[in-house]
Parts: sequence; structure tokens; C-alpha cells
Amino acid sequence: MSTSAATRSEGTPISGSVVPVGTGRRRPARRGGGVDRAGITPWLFLAPFLALFLTFVIAPAVLGAWISLHQWDYTLPGKPFVGLENYALLFDPSSITFDAFWESMRATAIFTVFSVPLLLVVPLLVALLMNQAFPGRNLFRAAFFAPYVLGVAVIGVLWRYLLDANIGLVNYYLGLLGLPDDTAWTTSTPAVWVTLVGVTVWWTLGFNAVIYLAGLQDISKELYEAARVDGANSWQQFWNVTFPGLKPVLSFVTLVTIIASANMFGQSYIMTEGGPGTATRTAIYQIAESGLRNYRMGEAAAMSYVLTFFLVLLSLGVVMLFRERKG
Amino acid sequence: MTAPATDRPDVRGVDTPAGTPQRRPRRSGALVLRYVVLALLTLVFVAPLLFMLVTSFKTRVEAGGIPPSWIPDPFTLQAYQSIFGSAATPVLRWFANSMLAAAAHAALVVTTAALAAYPLARMRFRGKNFVFGIIVATLFVPPVILIIPNYLIVGELRWLNTLIAVIVPTAASAFGVFFLRQFFLGIPVELEEAARIDGAGRLRIFWQIVLPLSRPALVTLAMLSFLTNWNDFLWPVYVLFSPENQTLPAGLSTLQSANAVRYDLLMAGAVVASLPVLILFVFAQRFIIEGVSRSGVKG
Repeated sequence: MSTSAATRSEGTPISGSVVPVGTGRRRPARRGGGVDRAGITPWLFLAPFLALFLTFVIAPAVLGAWISLHQWDYTLPGKPFVGLENYALLFDPSSITFDAFWESMRATAIFTVFSVPLLLVVPLLVALLMNQAFPGRNLFRAAFFAPYVLGVAVIGVLWRYLLDANIGLVNYYLGLLGLPDDTAWTTSTPAVWVTLVGVTVWWTLGFNAVIYLAGLQDISKELYEAARVDGANSWQQFWNVTFPGLKPVLSFVTLVTIIASANMFGQSYIMTEGGPGTATRTAIYQIAESGLRNYRMGEAAAMSYVLTFFLVLLSLGVVMLFRERKG
Repeated sequence: MTAPATDRPDVRGVDTPAGTPQRRPRRSGALVLRYVVLALLTLVFVAPLLFMLVTSFKTRVEAGGIPPSWIPDPFTLQAYQSIFGSAATPVLRWFANSMLAAAAHAALVVTTAALAAYPLARMRFRGKNFVFGIIVATLFVPPVILIIPNYLIVGELRWLNTLIAVIVPTAASAFGVFFLRQFFLGIPVELEEAARIDGAGRLRIFWQIVLPLSRPALVTLAMLSFLTNWNDFLWPVYVLFSPENQTLPAGLSTLQSANAVRYDLLMAGAVVASLPVLILFVFAQRFIIEGVSRSGVKG
């Protein structure tokens, strides 16, 4: 569809290319030097975007690799080439960087492992609950989505207050229910993980739910009717109609959620300040601190490539998983 | 009123075999259950936000008091006066910075993405597939690898500690180009062809036909870009150092370091940071939610 639209719109085909039937209405423009009329125009349209894109996406992607091969201190004049030393340090257990980096990778892994399943399942349940026309549905949807528009800084500052060990709302109400009311939610393990995962679920549930909901509404009503005629109960309908119909959306949500979780930064920066100690200092947090606070940019760039390597592996895994199940 | 809207089984009640009559009561029970669950969930989502607002009108003592109160007594604007008047944490200045940055960013994203998406949807030229392929491929590049080198590039441009640093570098929106290209492809090409026969140039067709027809998509992209920029956290925290140059999210973090347990002040700051986006959300909910949900269905 996309190619046909693109072709049909093109009145002046590039000389030498095949003109599809039905587009020959216009005569190919004959110009001195054989320059196609569309020759420069598309590039003029593209120029502003490409200027930004090359400067802030393509160039840094390449420059990052270059930096990672140097001992690159932003504040020092000399930036000696060190080859793969920055990478070697990350895999040398006797270096200081080794501990700092892999502890941060561990924090990222813990967060990802606990948050992703919840962020896949809970929003799906909410979306299923809302997947029928009923009065007030849009209002509920808006309420669940509201935290997401607020951004991590507001969410972090707010929940740090609500989860304050001494005067926080959460501990107060837990106490009223007869539960322990002195949990140090932001300063002790493993409570910090409950905090980080819980607040993240609260914050981004609406985002995933809205995507699921759109996916659910794309599933043909007739399939449900047919299943019901065949005597399928709700559970069977879910497994045989909803779940297969939702698969493309599910793979998208899984991918996006994993990447978002693996890049968790703000929640930890604001609510736990990476603590207690450096227990919740995630990989991206470590990269930012190494590179942009301590100006060890070569090291930080190497870390970001190692993190990216794992992210790519994980993403490929997800893609394979969904592809395999399809077949 | 409520029951008939959701109670579909009536139709089947006519011809379903025996054994199903208990379904009807079970269905309305399910309906009640649905509302109970939804109401509880709503409480979980709205109560914390409400408490934030309530606390911002409390005194320092009441904000740190136990048990927590849901109605400020006395009701006071002290917290706001205090954060608005402080030189170390100029919240109003942050507000202006955030507004300016998010608006400029959204304008830049929409302008550059729309201009780029048009030839990718409608023109044929050498290198088109290559350019589009690269743009789409970068959707999958984890932003983390861009942080360190972009800091250096922004440093070279002498943009560190200026608002330009949070407006421009993130404005090359591969998503925006992809999103608008898809939308442009859906516009009937005949409209443009008619204009071309009348001798209109590409730019005029783009400006007078394509853009007006694409208003919903442009508004959605502008909203999402504004929101993303308004809430962006990591980048501003590291590239904006002086108090007077910060945006609200970075500023909130500064406010927190300066007033660790002054929750009245922190909640007032959080309210200031929330209000514009919440208002935007209330009025443009459709655009925002549909923009987000469409991004998923497309992928």
C-alpha cells in the first residue's frame, strides 16, 4: 500500500526507471543534463530534519564508539587512545570500575525482572476490565492514565513523601490495618525494590493499558460471537480469541516495557538516590555519573555499549519468542 | 440506565439451551464487581495526586504531621510564597524555562518531522528507501549510547547550561517522521494531483493541502513532544547546572536536595510542575491517549 501510494504520487519518474501502468499520464520532464525535477526538492524538505538527525543521532552513535576507545576526560586537554582498555576494565574483576559497573547492571537486572512481568500483566487485566462500553469508561481510562503525563520527577518527589518511613501516608494506613508501619521504603533493602517497582507500575500502568485497549478493540467482535456459538466460556474465549488477536500488540508492549525498565533512572535518582549505598544505582545512572559527573567519558561510553549489547540481545530474544509462537 | 448498556446476554437468553438462566444474575453481579474494582483502582490512582495538592496548601508543621490530614487546616499559600520567592530555587523561573523549552521543542519536532515525512510519503527519489530505513532503524537505538557523545557535541556548540541544550538535540524525532509519513500516506493523493495540474508547487501543496488535512496528527505529535520534553529528566539534570537555567523536573530534584523534609514546599513545587500537563491532558486527552495507543497498534 505504501509503495503504490508513493508511486502514484510521483508524476515525474526518475529517468530510466519503469513507469507503472496508470502513472504515465504525465510526460517525463526532459531537462538539460537529465536532472530529475524531483531531484533537489525532496532533499530540501528533508534538510532541516536531516541536519538535526545527523548531528544528534548519527554522529553521536559513531562518536560514542570513538570515545570509548580513549581515556577521555572532558576537563583535560589530552585524550590518549587506549584501544579496548575501557572495555577490558569492565571485565577485569580487580578494577574498581568492574564492581561499580556490574553492581549497577545487577540493579538494572533486578528492577527489570520484577517490573516487566507486572507491567505486562496488570495493565492487561485493567484493559480487559475496560474492554466493553459502559458508562464512565473514558473517565476511568483518563484517571488511570493521569500519572503517566506527570513525569518521573513529580512522581518521585510525591512518592518519596507518601513512603516516608515516619510521616508517610503509606506507613500510616498500613498501621491502621494492623500491618508493620515502620518499613523504611526508600532507605532499606529489599523494601526499596518494592518501592521502585510499585511506583513504576503505578506510574506507567495507564500507558500499557491504553495500548492493550486499542489492541483489544481491533479484535473482531464476530470472532467472539463465533466462539460463543461454539459454546466457549470466558476463559476459552480469552485463550482462543483474545490472546492470539493481541499477539502483535503484546510483542510491542513487551519490547517497549523491557527497554523502558532497563533504562530506569529517575525513580532511583529521586526516591532512593541510588541507595542504600549503591544498591539501586542502575546502569544508566552509573553511566551518567561516571561520564557526566566524574567526566570519565571513555569508560562511561564503553559501559553504554555493553549495556546496549545486552539490550539488543534481550530485544532479539523477545522478537524470536513471539515469532516462534506464531508459527 | 446502566444495565441495558452492558447487558448483552438478553439476546441469547431467548434461544440458549437450558442451564444458562443463572447467567443473567451472574452478569449483573459481574457488572457491580467491575465498578467496585474500577472505583478502587481510581482511588489508588487519584488519591496520591489529591494528597499532593492538599499538602501544598498546608503549613510546614501540618505537612510533616501524623496522622495525615486530607483538609488543610489552616489553609495557607505559604509554601507557594516561599518557593516563588527563593533565589536558590526559583520555581517560577523554572516554570517559564519549561514552558519555553517544551513549546519550542514541540514546534521544532513538528516542523522538521512534517517537512521530512512529506517527500518520504509522496515523492520518488534516489536514496529514499535508504534514508527512511536509517530513520526507522534509529527507533531501535537505545538512547543511552547517545548521552555521553551528545554531551560533548552540545559542549562543542557552547550550549551546555542553556535551554537550547534541552530543546534541540532531542528534536530529531524518528518517531515523528514515521508517524506523520503513515498519516500522509492515508491522504487521498488525488487532491494533490488536482492541485499539481493547476500548477501548484510542492511546497504550496504541502502547505495548503497536506498540512490542513493532517491537523489531528500534527496536534497529536505536538502534544506528545511537549509532554515528553516537559517531563524529561536525566538530560536536563546533567546539562543544566545553574539554578536559574533549570527546567521544572531538574529543579524539583534541586528543590528536594535543598529542602529534604519540607514536604509542603516539595508538594507545592510538584503541583506547579503538574498543573500545565494535567490541564493539557484534560483538554487534549483524546489526542494524547489515541496518539499513544496508535503507536502500539502500528508496531
